[in-house]
Amino acid sequence: MSQNVVVIGGGPAGIEASRKLRDLGYTPILIEKEPVLGGHLARWDRLFPDGVEARAVLRPMLEDLDGIKYFTDTEIASINRLKDTWVVKLSNGLSAQVRAILLTTGFDLFKAEKKEEYGYGIYERVITNAELEDWFKSGAAPQFDKVHTIGFVHCVGSRDEKAGNRQCSKVCCVTAVKQACEFKEKYPDLTVYCFYMDLRMFGRKYEDLYLKAQKEHGVRFVRGRVSEVSEDIDGHLFVKAEDTLFGKPLKIKMDMLVLMCGMAPAASTPALARMMSLSAGEDGFFLPQSLVSSPCTSSREGVFFAGSATGPKTIPETLGEAANAALAIDRYLKTPEKA
Amino acid sequence: MIDFGYGLTPSATLRIENVKNPRFMELHALEPDVVKCIACGSCAASCSAGCFTEMNLRRVILSLQRGREKETLPMLRHCMLCGKCQLVCPRGINTRHLILSIGKVYGLDKKEEVQP
Repeated sequence: MSQNVVVIGGGPAGIEASRKLRDLGYTPILIEKEPVLGGHLARWDRLFPDGVEARAVLRPMLEDLDGIKYFTDTEIASINRLKDTWVVKLSNGLSAQVRAILLTTGFDLFKAEKKEEYGYGIYERVITNAELEDWFKSGAAPQFDKVHTIGFVHCVGSRDEKAGNRQCSKVCCVTAVKQACEFKEKYPDLTVYCFYMDLRMFGRKYEDLYLKAQKEHGVRFVRGRVSEVSEDIDGHLFVKAEDTLFGKPLKIKMDMLVLMCGMAPAASTPALARMMSLSAGEDGFFLPQSLVSSPCTSSREGVFFAGSATGPKTIPETLGEAANAALAIDRYLKTPEKA
Repeated sequence: MIDFGYGLTPSATLRIENVKNPRFMELHALEPDVVKCIACGSCAASCSAGCFTEMNLRRVILSLQRGREKETLPMLRHCMLCGKCQLVCPRGINTRHLILSIGKVYGLDKKEEVQP
């Protein structure tokens, strides 16, 4: 009988690692707290930099789950160390005793309500990046009349010590540029602004996307963080920022505002860290043994990481780490047990 | 560029390698957070004085780092210490305290401040 491995979190990292573990001859037990597998990716419409559909990435993964035991709508009740194994009890009453656990718990989208000055949840024309993806995916646009000007606010809950998120979320810059381009493709007459602090176009073809936004779509980039948003009697928005390149304060009327919510540590992180005596960093993400050379190995024996549980990552990085973690687990399980 | 001393106009180039900045070091010792600024402009955008005057805290911080005190300090005179900048600063800089410290270190004199 093949050996079980518990994988906690059924997003792209968890699914991909489970498939790889299965290919290596193990039986992964994949636990997901939501009703469906796929994580945040299941909600997204298209992916940067080429605009491939998220479902085109996810579908082949979801169609290839033979040999993987997965449980949705299931949470972790407890995890205990017993000799050199881990005993994992699930909320559905089942339990498993395994030598290796893989944490693929991912991230939570930063709650935009926390940035009160942007008025999310108060002004109906302020929406989040995820809600915009819902719109693109379903085709059901919110019923705002006369939308001429829209703005993207970068770094919402990223690089923000006051909001408790000091880290850069890495993917929002290019996501905003992607969404701005998509907007202009759907509605060429719209005026689209991006309010940014730095545009971190670190990946291959990301800079090209930025160039496309400038050249083909005429997206207007303003270097300045939005400081506050207010609403007029008709529900239109007034956005205040400083045009830092010009050195003057700026006020602009908008018909819609998209908040680029960043990645915050998953809410489950502290509880899981407690159960397994793992360490989380100051930023709240799990801390692997080395962020350079062993990003998938934890400080505890038999516990591994993949994906954005250890910090913001792109989809290809996450998938790469999933494979890496499966190999690390394979090597660990092949070393003979200590007598 | 070598300055031969014949130019009619002073060079407009920033010579940051020549900036000897003991005062800024003094300010830094008093207010370590001054170097945390990421120049996002939130302070300047929310500034009550900024809409009507040249006050711009982001620029004040940058200019002091570049050793340009003369053009910087007059900006600060418009500050009313309302503290809105402090509310929006993503790096959590205590901006009011910083402004007061700049006043202390650079000798922003109260007597000069009162202008009829």
